[in-house]
Amino acid sequence: MQFFGGSSLTSVAPDSSPAPAAPPGTGTGSNAQVIYVFNRNGVCLLYREWHRPLRTLARNQDQKLMFGLLFSLRSFTAKIDPTSTEHANLGAPLLPGQGCSFHSFKTNTYKLNYMESPSGIKLILLTHPRTGDQRDALKHIYSLYVEYVVKNPLYAPGSPIKCDLFNKHLDQYVKTLI
Amino acid sequence: MNNFSSEQVRWPVPWNLAVNSAQPSPVAMGTVAIYSLFIINKSGGLIYYKDYGSAGRMDTNDSLRLASLWHSMHAISQQLSPTTGCTGIDLLQAHNFDLHCFQSLTGTKFFVVCETGTQNMEILLKTIYELYTEFVLKNPFYEMEMPIRCELFDLNLAHVIQKDRVALLGR
Repeated sequence: MQFFGGSSLTSVAPDSSPAPAAPPGTGTGSNAQVIYVFNRNGVCLLYREWHRPLRTLARNQDQKLMFGLLFSLRSFTAKIDPTSTEHANLGAPLLPGQGCSFHSFKTNTYKLNYMESPSGIKLILLTHPRTGDQRDALKHIYSLYVEYVVKNPLYAPGSPIKCDLFNKHLDQYVKTLI
Repeated sequence: MNNFSSEQVRWPVPWNLAVNSAQPSPVAMGTVAIYSLFIINKSGGLIYYKDYGSAGRMDTNDSLRLASLWHSMHAISQQLSPTTGCTGIDLLQAHNFDLHCFQSLTGTKFFVVCETGTQNMEILLKTIYELYTEFVLKNPFYEMEMPIRCELFDLNLAHVIQKDRVALLGR
Protein backbone atom coordinates (compact mmCIF):
# COMPACT_ATOMS: atom_id res chain seq x y z
CA MET A 1 0.00 0.00 0.00
CA GLN A 2 2.82 2.29 0.82
CA PHE A 3 4.30 1.57 -2.58
CA PHE A 4 1.40 2.87 -4.66
CA GLY A 5 -0.35 4.44 -1.79
CA GLY A 6 -2.84 6.79 -3.44
CA SER A 7 -6.44 5.86 -2.92
CA SER A 8 -7.55 8.29 -0.20
CA LEU A 9 -9.64 10.75 -2.15
CA THR A 10 -10.94 12.99 0.55
CA SER A 11 -8.21 15.24 1.78
CA VAL A 12 -4.64 16.18 1.11
CA ALA A 13 -2.71 15.40 4.22
CA PRO A 14 -0.32 18.27 4.94
CA ASP A 15 2.65 15.93 5.04
CA SER A 16 1.63 13.99 1.95
CA SER A 17 4.57 15.00 -0.22
CA PRO A 18 7.61 15.63 1.93
CA ALA A 19 9.91 17.76 -0.18
CA PRO A 20 13.49 16.60 -0.16
CA ALA A 21 15.76 19.34 1.05
CA ALA A 22 17.66 20.09 -2.11
CA PRO A 23 20.83 21.97 -1.31
CA PRO A 24 20.24 25.48 -2.67
CA GLY A 25 22.71 27.03 -5.01
CA THR A 26 24.84 23.99 -5.55
CA GLY A 27 25.93 23.03 -9.00
CA THR A 28 24.24 19.64 -8.86
CA GLY A 29 21.47 20.55 -11.22
CA SER A 30 19.06 21.94 -8.63
CA ASN A 31 17.55 24.18 -11.27
CA ALA A 32 13.99 23.07 -10.78
CA GLN A 33 12.34 24.76 -7.85
CA VAL A 34 8.68 23.81 -7.74
CA ILE A 35 6.28 21.66 -9.75
CA TYR A 36 2.49 21.90 -9.84
CA VAL A 37 0.16 19.50 -11.61
CA PHE A 38 -3.47 20.51 -12.10
CA ASN A 39 -6.28 18.64 -13.72
CA ARG A 40 -8.88 20.27 -15.94
CA ASN A 41 -11.08 21.16 -12.98
CA GLY A 42 -8.36 23.09 -11.22
CA VAL A 43 -7.67 20.45 -8.59
CA CYS A 44 -4.01 20.44 -7.65
CA LEU A 45 -2.96 16.83 -8.15
CA LEU A 46 0.64 17.33 -7.20
CA TYR A 47 2.67 20.01 -5.54
CA ARG A 48 6.30 19.35 -4.94
CA GLU A 49 9.09 21.72 -4.11
CA TRP A 50 12.83 21.28 -4.21
CA HIS A 51 14.04 24.77 -3.55
CA ARG A 52 11.64 27.36 -2.26
CA PRO A 53 12.93 29.80 0.35
CA LEU A 54 9.98 32.17 0.03
CA ARG A 55 6.38 31.24 0.80
CA THR A 56 4.14 34.28 0.78
CA LEU A 57 0.85 32.38 0.92
CA ALA A 58 -0.60 29.26 2.46
CA ARG A 59 -0.18 26.26 0.23
CA ASN A 60 -3.84 26.07 -0.68
CA GLN A 61 -4.05 29.75 -1.57
CA ASP A 62 -0.84 29.55 -3.53
CA GLN A 63 -2.20 26.72 -5.67
CA LYS A 64 -5.44 28.51 -6.34
CA LEU A 65 -3.61 31.68 -7.31
CA MET A 66 -1.36 29.73 -9.65
CA PHE A 67 -4.30 28.11 -11.38
CA GLY A 68 -6.02 31.47 -11.68
CA LEU A 69 -2.93 33.04 -13.19
CA LEU A 70 -2.64 30.30 -15.77
CA PHE A 71 -6.31 30.57 -16.63
CA SER A 72 -6.01 34.32 -17.16
CA LEU A 73 -2.76 34.03 -19.09
CA ARG A 74 -4.38 31.49 -21.40
CA SER A 75 -7.27 33.79 -22.21
CA PHE A 76 -4.85 36.71 -22.51
CA THR A 77 -2.64 34.96 -25.06
CA ALA A 78 -5.64 33.66 -26.98
CA LYS A 79 -7.03 37.17 -27.21
CA ILE A 80 -3.87 39.11 -27.99
CA ASP A 81 -2.58 36.57 -30.55
CA PRO A 82 -1.55 38.81 -33.47
CA THR A 83 -1.45 36.06 -36.07
CA SER A 84 -5.08 34.98 -35.98
CA THR A 85 -8.04 37.00 -37.14
CA GLU A 86 -10.78 35.52 -35.02
CA HIS A 87 -10.70 35.80 -31.29
CA ALA A 88 -13.19 34.61 -28.75
CA ASN A 89 -14.24 37.10 -26.13
CA LEU A 90 -11.80 37.72 -23.35
CA GLY A 91 -12.53 35.35 -20.48
CA ALA A 92 -14.58 32.92 -22.51
CA PRO A 93 -13.74 29.35 -21.48
CA LEU A 94 -11.17 27.72 -23.74
CA LEU A 95 -10.83 24.03 -24.43
CA PRO A 96 -7.34 22.55 -24.15
CA GLY A 97 -5.49 23.36 -27.36
CA GLN A 98 -7.98 25.99 -28.45
CA GLY A 99 -6.58 29.41 -29.26
CA CYS A 100 -2.98 30.50 -28.87
CA SER A 101 -1.35 29.16 -25.74
CA PHE A 102 2.03 29.84 -24.15
CA HIS A 103 4.88 27.65 -23.03
CA SER A 104 6.83 29.78 -20.60
CA PHE A 105 7.23 33.13 -18.94
CA LYS A 106 10.25 34.58 -17.23
CA THR A 107 10.71 36.98 -14.36
CA ASN A 108 13.96 38.07 -12.76
CA THR A 109 13.73 35.37 -10.06
CA TYR A 110 12.13 32.39 -11.76
CA LYS A 111 10.95 30.94 -15.03
CA LEU A 112 7.59 29.23 -15.31
CA ASN A 113 7.31 26.44 -17.84
CA TYR A 114 3.83 25.35 -18.78
CA MET A 115 2.35 22.46 -20.65
CA GLU A 116 -1.25 21.42 -21.13
CA SER A 117 -2.16 17.96 -22.32
CA PRO A 118 -5.18 17.34 -24.56
CA SER A 119 -6.99 15.91 -21.55
CA GLY A 120 -6.51 19.17 -19.67
CA ILE A 121 -3.69 18.10 -17.35
CA LYS A 122 -1.55 21.16 -16.69
CA LEU A 123 2.10 20.74 -15.79
CA ILE A 124 3.86 23.75 -14.32
CA LEU A 125 7.56 23.67 -13.61
CA LEU A 126 9.28 26.59 -11.94
CA THR A 127 12.98 26.77 -12.66
CA HIS A 128 15.90 29.13 -12.37
CA PRO A 129 15.37 32.10 -14.75
CA ARG A 130 18.36 31.22 -16.89
CA THR A 131 17.35 27.65 -17.71
CA GLY A 132 16.68 26.95 -21.35
CA ASP A 133 13.63 25.63 -23.12
CA GLN A 134 11.93 23.00 -20.96
CA ARG A 135 9.22 21.83 -23.33
CA ASP A 136 10.83 18.43 -23.84
CA ALA A 137 11.40 18.11 -20.12
CA LEU A 138 7.72 18.72 -19.47
CA LYS A 139 6.82 16.14 -22.10
CA HIS A 140 9.05 13.68 -20.35
CA ILE A 141 7.47 14.46 -16.98
CA TYR A 142 4.09 13.93 -18.60
CA SER A 143 5.20 10.54 -19.85
CA LEU A 144 6.33 9.72 -16.30
CA TYR A 145 2.88 10.74 -15.14
CA VAL A 146 1.25 8.46 -17.68
CA GLU A 147 3.55 5.60 -16.84
CA TYR A 148 3.51 5.71 -13.05
CA VAL A 149 0.26 7.46 -12.16
CA VAL A 150 -2.33 6.83 -14.86
CA LYS A 151 -1.30 3.20 -15.25
CA ASN A 152 -1.36 2.68 -11.51
CA PRO A 153 -4.46 0.56 -10.79
CA LEU A 154 -4.89 2.07 -7.34
CA TYR A 155 -4.91 5.65 -8.57
CA ALA A 156 -8.34 7.26 -8.89
CA PRO A 157 -8.40 10.00 -11.55
CA GLY A 158 -8.80 13.46 -10.09
CA SER A 159 -7.29 12.61 -6.72
CA PRO A 160 -3.97 13.92 -5.44
CA ILE A 161 -0.99 11.92 -6.66
CA LYS A 162 0.63 9.88 -3.93
CA CYS A 163 2.63 7.40 -5.91
CA ASP A 164 6.09 6.93 -4.50
CA LEU A 165 7.43 5.48 -7.70
CA PHE A 166 6.36 8.57 -9.62
CA ASN A 167 7.85 10.90 -7.04
CA LYS A 168 11.09 8.97 -7.07
CA HIS A 169 11.43 9.11 -10.83
CA LEU A 170 10.40 12.76 -10.88
CA ASP A 171 13.04 13.69 -8.31
CA GLN A 172 15.63 11.73 -10.22
CA TYR A 173 14.76 13.30 -13.54
CA VAL A 174 14.48 16.84 -12.23
CA LYS A 175 18.04 16.68 -10.90
CA THR A 176 19.29 16.27 -14.45
CA LEU A 177 17.61 19.41 -15.79
CA ILE A 178 19.92 22.12 -17.03
CA MET B 1 9.07 57.57 -45.80
CA ASN B 2 11.01 60.69 -45.05
CA ASN B 3 7.94 62.55 -43.89
CA PHE B 4 9.16 63.06 -40.41
CA SER B 5 12.88 63.15 -40.86
CA SER B 6 12.67 66.92 -41.06
CA GLU B 7 11.20 67.02 -37.54
CA GLN B 8 13.85 64.61 -36.48
CA VAL B 9 16.55 67.04 -37.46
CA ARG B 10 15.03 69.96 -35.64
CA TRP B 11 15.02 68.16 -32.34
CA PRO B 12 18.46 67.34 -31.10
CA VAL B 13 18.28 63.75 -29.97
CA PRO B 14 20.66 63.14 -27.09
CA TRP B 15 20.74 59.36 -27.26
CA ASN B 16 22.28 57.14 -29.84
CA LEU B 17 19.20 56.63 -31.95
CA ALA B 18 19.76 59.15 -34.64
CA VAL B 19 23.33 58.09 -35.27
CA ASN B 20 22.63 55.73 -38.10
CA SER B 21 21.85 58.24 -40.81
CA ALA B 22 21.96 55.78 -43.68
CA GLN B 23 18.28 55.61 -44.49
CA PRO B 24 17.20 52.22 -45.77
CA SER B 25 15.14 51.53 -48.82
CA PRO B 26 11.35 51.51 -48.43
CA VAL B 27 11.32 47.87 -49.48
CA ALA B 28 12.10 46.98 -45.91
CA MET B 29 8.72 48.15 -44.69
CA GLY B 30 7.09 44.90 -45.69
CA THR B 31 8.43 42.96 -42.71
CA VAL B 32 6.73 43.07 -39.36
CA ALA B 33 8.74 42.21 -36.31
CA ILE B 34 6.65 44.08 -33.78
CA TYR B 35 2.92 43.54 -33.71
CA SER B 36 1.84 46.07 -31.12
CA LEU B 37 2.94 48.32 -28.29
CA PHE B 38 1.09 48.98 -25.04
CA ILE B 39 1.88 51.47 -22.29
CA ILE B 40 0.08 51.02 -18.97
CA ASN B 41 0.07 53.51 -16.12
CA LYS B 42 0.77 52.49 -12.55
CA SER B 43 -2.85 51.66 -11.80
CA GLY B 44 -3.34 49.42 -14.80
CA GLY B 45 -5.01 51.85 -17.20
CA LEU B 46 -4.00 51.80 -20.82
CA ILE B 47 -2.45 55.12 -21.75
CA TYR B 48 -0.99 54.28 -25.15
CA TYR B 49 -1.71 51.58 -27.68
CA LYS B 50 -0.34 51.25 -31.16
CA ASP B 51 -0.85 48.47 -33.63
CA TYR B 52 1.83 47.64 -36.21
CA GLY B 53 0.08 44.98 -38.23
CA SER B 54 -1.74 42.39 -36.15
CA ALA B 55 -3.97 40.11 -38.17
CA GLY B 56 -7.28 40.85 -36.49
CA ARG B 57 -8.70 44.19 -35.47
CA MET B 58 -8.76 44.80 -31.77
CA ASP B 59 -11.34 47.27 -30.55
CA THR B 60 -10.65 49.85 -27.85
CA ASN B 61 -12.49 48.03 -25.10
CA ASP B 62 -10.53 44.87 -25.71
CA SER B 63 -7.19 46.63 -25.61
CA LEU B 64 -8.18 48.29 -22.32
CA ARG B 65 -9.18 44.94 -20.88
CA LEU B 66 -5.98 43.28 -22.02
CA ALA B 67 -3.93 46.05 -20.48
CA SER B 68 -5.54 45.79 -17.07
CA LEU B 69 -5.41 42.01 -17.25
CA TRP B 70 -1.69 42.19 -17.90
CA HIS B 71 -1.27 44.59 -15.01
CA SER B 72 -2.87 42.16 -12.56
CA MET B 73 -1.09 39.10 -13.91
CA HIS B 74 2.18 40.96 -13.56
CA ALA B 75 1.36 41.57 -9.90
CA ILE B 76 0.26 37.98 -9.27
CA SER B 77 3.45 36.60 -10.78
CA GLN B 78 5.39 38.47 -8.10
CA GLN B 79 3.37 36.77 -5.36
CA LEU B 80 4.09 33.32 -6.74
CA SER B 81 7.84 33.73 -6.82
CA PRO B 82 9.75 30.99 -5.00
CA THR B 83 12.54 33.39 -4.09
CA THR B 84 12.58 36.98 -2.86
CA GLY B 85 12.92 40.10 -4.95
CA CYS B 86 10.64 39.29 -7.87
CA THR B 87 9.68 42.24 -10.05
CA GLY B 88 7.16 40.56 -12.35
CA ILE B 89 7.09 39.06 -15.83
CA ASP B 90 9.79 40.21 -18.27
CA LEU B 91 9.08 37.86 -21.12
CA LEU B 92 6.08 35.76 -22.05
CA GLN B 93 6.71 33.14 -24.71
CA ALA B 94 3.53 32.05 -26.44
CA HIS B 95 3.29 29.73 -29.40
CA ASN B 96 2.69 32.50 -31.94
CA PHE B 97 4.39 35.50 -30.38
CA ASP B 98 6.69 36.80 -27.66
CA LEU B 99 5.72 39.53 -25.25
CA HIS B 100 8.46 41.63 -23.70
CA CYS B 101 7.61 43.83 -20.75
CA PHE B 102 9.56 46.59 -19.08
CA GLN B 103 8.46 48.25 -15.87
CA SER B 104 9.85 51.63 -14.95
CA LEU B 105 10.63 52.58 -11.35
CA THR B 106 7.42 54.57 -11.13
CA GLY B 107 5.30 51.59 -12.12
CA THR B 108 4.58 52.49 -15.72
CA LYS B 109 4.73 49.33 -17.82
CA PHE B 110 5.73 49.13 -21.46
CA PHE B 111 5.17 45.96 -23.41
CA VAL B 112 5.61 44.94 -26.99
CA VAL B 113 4.15 41.94 -28.76
CA CYS B 114 6.59 40.66 -31.37
CA GLU B 115 7.46 37.62 -33.43
CA THR B 116 8.85 34.62 -31.57
CA GLY B 117 12.57 34.75 -31.02
CA THR B 118 12.99 38.46 -31.73
CA GLN B 119 16.13 39.71 -30.05
CA ASN B 120 17.08 43.03 -28.47
CA MET B 121 13.56 43.94 -27.41
CA GLU B 122 14.82 45.07 -24.00
CA ILE B 123 16.87 47.73 -25.74
CA LEU B 124 13.90 48.82 -27.81
CA LEU B 125 11.74 49.07 -24.68
CA LYS B 126 14.36 51.15 -22.90
CA THR B 127 14.53 53.38 -25.96
CA ILE B 128 10.77 53.79 -25.93
CA TYR B 129 10.99 54.62 -22.25
CA GLU B 130 13.54 57.30 -23.03
CA LEU B 131 11.22 58.72 -25.65
CA TYR B 132 8.43 58.70 -23.09
CA THR B 133 10.49 60.64 -20.56
CA GLU B 134 11.69 63.01 -23.23
CA PHE B 135 8.53 63.82 -25.14
CA VAL B 136 5.68 62.90 -22.79
CA LEU B 137 6.83 63.68 -19.29
CA LYS B 138 8.54 66.89 -20.37
CA ASN B 139 5.45 68.02 -22.21
CA PRO B 140 3.87 70.76 -20.07
CA PHE B 141 0.39 69.94 -21.31
CA TYR B 142 0.58 66.27 -20.40
CA GLU B 143 -1.30 65.20 -17.30
CA MET B 144 0.23 62.29 -15.43
CA GLU B 145 -1.45 58.89 -15.79
CA MET B 146 -3.66 60.13 -18.61
CA PRO B 147 -3.69 58.84 -22.21
CA ILE B 148 -0.71 60.00 -24.23
CA ARG B 149 -1.51 62.41 -27.03
CA CYS B 150 1.81 63.94 -27.92
CA GLU B 151 2.67 64.44 -31.55
CA LEU B 152 6.41 64.44 -31.02
CA PHE B 153 6.24 61.18 -29.14
CA ASP B 154 4.31 59.61 -32.00
CA LEU B 155 6.76 60.87 -34.59
CA ASN B 156 9.85 59.74 -32.77
CA LEU B 157 8.30 56.43 -31.87
CA ALA B 158 7.46 55.77 -35.50
CA HIS B 159 11.04 56.57 -36.37
CA VAL B 160 12.48 54.22 -33.76
CA ILE B 161 10.17 51.35 -34.69
CA GLN B 162 11.03 51.78 -38.33
CA LYS B 163 14.73 51.71 -37.54
CA ASP B 164 14.24 48.61 -35.50
CA ARG B 165 12.49 46.83 -38.32
CA VAL B 166 15.23 47.75 -40.70
CA ALA B 167 17.87 46.53 -38.29
CA LEU B 168 16.01 43.24 -38.04
CA LEU B 169 15.89 42.89 -41.77
CA GLY B 170 19.58 43.62 -42.05
CA ARG B 171 20.58 40.71 -39.85
